[in-house]
Amino acid sequence: MADLESFREETRRWLVANAPASMHTPPQSPDDICWGGRKMRYPDDVKRWLDVMAERGWTAPTWPREYGGGGLSKAEAKVLAEEMAKLRLRPPLVGFGLSMIGPLLLQEGSEELKRAHLPPIVRGEIRWCQGYSEPGAGSDLAGLQTRAVRDGDVFVLNGQKVWTSFADKADWMFILVRTDFEAPKHSGITFLLMDMETPGVTVRPIKLISGSSPFCETFLADVRVPVRNVVGRMNGGWLLAKALLGHERTMIADAFKERDDAKRLVALARRYLGEESGRVADARLRDRIAQLEMDQACLDLTLARARDGAKAGHKPGPESSIFKLYGTELNQRRRELMVETLGPQALGWEGPGFAEEELKVTRDWLRSRGNSIEGGTSEVQLNIIAKRVLGLPD
Amino acid sequence: MDLVLSEEQELLQHTAREFVAGRSSLKRIRTLRDTADPDGFSRELWREMARLGWTGIILPEEHGGLGLGYRDLMVVMEELGRGLMPEPMLSTVLLGANAILLGGTDAQRREHLPAVAAGERFLALAWQEPGSRYDPHHVETRAERAGGGWRLRGEKIQVLDAAAADRLVVSARTAGGARDADGITLFVIRPDVPGLALERQMRVDSRGAALLHLADARVETDTVLGQVGGGGPLLARVLDRATVGLTAEMLGSMSAAFAMTIDYLRTRIQFDVPIGSFQALKHRAARMFVELELARSAVMHAHRVLDEGRDDTAVARAASLAKARCSDAFLLIGNEGVQMHGGIGMTDEHDIGFFLKRARAAQLTCGDAAWHRDRMARLDGY
Repeated sequence: MADLESFREETRRWLVANAPASMHTPPQSPDDICWGGRKMRYPDDVKRWLDVMAERGWTAPTWPREYGGGGLSKAEAKVLAEEMAKLRLRPPLVGFGLSMIGPLLLQEGSEELKRAHLPPIVRGEIRWCQGYSEPGAGSDLAGLQTRAVRDGDVFVLNGQKVWTSFADKADWMFILVRTDFEAPKHSGITFLLMDMETPGVTVRPIKLISGSSPFCETFLADVRVPVRNVVGRMNGGWLLAKALLGHERTMIADAFKERDDAKRLVALARRYLGEESGRVADARLRDRIAQLEMDQACLDLTLARARDGAKAGHKPGPESSIFKLYGTELNQRRRELMVETLGPQALGWEGPGFAEEELKVTRDWLRSRGNSIEGGTSEVQLNIIAKRVLGLPD
Repeated sequence: MDLVLSEEQELLQHTAREFVAGRSSLKRIRTLRDTADPDGFSRELWREMARLGWTGIILPEEHGGLGLGYRDLMVVMEELGRGLMPEPMLSTVLLGANAILLGGTDAQRREHLPAVAAGERFLALAWQEPGSRYDPHHVETRAERAGGGWRLRGEKIQVLDAAAADRLVVSARTAGGARDADGITLFVIRPDVPGLALERQMRVDSRGAALLHLADARVETDTVLGQVGGGGPLLARVLDRATVGLTAEMLGSMSAAFAMTIDYLRTRIQFDVPIGSFQALKHRAARMFVELELARSAVMHAHRVLDEGRDDTAVARAASLAKARCSDAFLLIGNEGVQMHGGIGMTDEHDIGFFLKRARAAQLTCGDAAWHRDRMARLDGY
């Protein structure tokens, strides 16, 4: 315990001495968040913050030192997180490398893969994307058709991935491919690592109904990937993919927890609909706001309960499906309520007569429609709850 | 405080679950109804519950209680709810004893609380009036000074477990207009005082309730609970605590109704397959599960807020959060429970209907969901 306290002291001193002043504020926009990678240029202070933290391995505090990580115990990592929170410091690096493929490689990767890929993740040099969905394999992900045919020391990949987040900005992709064409669909899938620079890889951003392009299509034409880039067993990729999906759902729920200040909706309602003796004038809207905020409070409490349970050593339940399902639908309801609060002022796409904030409310509403589709549709989440939690028959 | 049960609470939960399973079948609940039992509950079981310490969980040790917290009470209430047990925890402990604990003089506490903890005294709180709906400060019953005491005149409705009560805690107006929070006084009175009459009411959930007629009922000065005219805030505090306790009971009841329905979905065969294999039912079952989990979090949180000794506003917010959620969730599970059971669910012979009826009764006790949402909006300043 005394050791932990001196670690805390040391850590705080080091953070104060080494964190650029501008990193003591929350990111102002998604562009302020550092995802690393070769293709993006980040402001100097963001880069410097990444470099000093990466040098200590503190971008991946609990990973072993031999792979560039911080080698901290769980307790030490918690202290580091607490001290960073106290100083209101931004994470120096985020992304699929740190949160998804890195932890998977630590568990399942060969020594060679770990040495090759973990240190560049820690240093933020390589940004990763996830190649799962295909045009014909969305909710039924295991139906994926991208073919990988062995040719000596390489696989030759042909097919198409879709909904790959930020594929245009990523350097490497972890990808699910079909390697056994006779086996039942779940048992013929292999988990591969692929350099996006490999000849035959083409990326095209997808424009969404909201006007933004956070996702891409990735086309694969005779792409040659070394056999040594297989993670886990040949044809054993489905289990790895499923484990990562559960992880992704928790991440999505957590992302939606970072919601707008609850007061924002009330402030909008006062502004657009007026007040009567201090209350939002429209009783119907008032009720919908209260319903939404109370539902949100119950979800937050349930997330807290899951965390407290984990802390007390309880086995994690299948809550991640609840959180994904309910969190995304809450976000959609919030966006709809905002649009309806703005009334005709929510009809702008761009140009005169509409404030920036109003345009954003409209675009955010459109973007939110995807929340109940991406990362496993709400219908798939309901199936998972019915089957795995309630034990209802197929 | 974390949102997990302690080892002691898990043990208490286990004991309570065994007790309810072993001593109180739904058949017993049915018999209490069918025989129009005058009390509406079993005095023998109540004595057993008192021996287990449950009647005194939240009462201080100096008054014969266990001096434990609301989360301890929560695990017991949840199990009682699972068995739809009508024994008077809500009326005697959460409403009656709480009024005396929070508002009474030391003498009043000493007179009543040890007897409650011992299971030897039943209390009832008479706060609802015709037309008052969920506003505890809507009090038209009047109390006027008369000689050395008070004279009460008015009408109270749906006084829970009044028939068995040894004392009635009655709200009456001693000053102000019909809906003022100020000017309300609580009296602790014997049911046999002249001018007082009880008339049994039959409710949809078969729980004991009565009309209370006060026709110039004469009571002594020492029956006043707390300050004359200060009963409004006291009543609000008592009702928030009782509301929180009620949500734990509701949570247990909806858990049991849900389990009963899931069991039916797994075993009922139609079109040669279990009906639970149909996606139209699966998805609705999953939605109910989500509601149940969210309700559990809100209920645990509300009990935690009480145990943390937070201020009245924090308690009111947590009570509203839990009661709104449980009102909606229990009703959903009750409605869907009947629907998914199909024809058999509509028969009096099947138990699922008892849960639907209790869902409705609990929803409309201490404020329904819309009422609590409106209160939350007020508390949050909009």
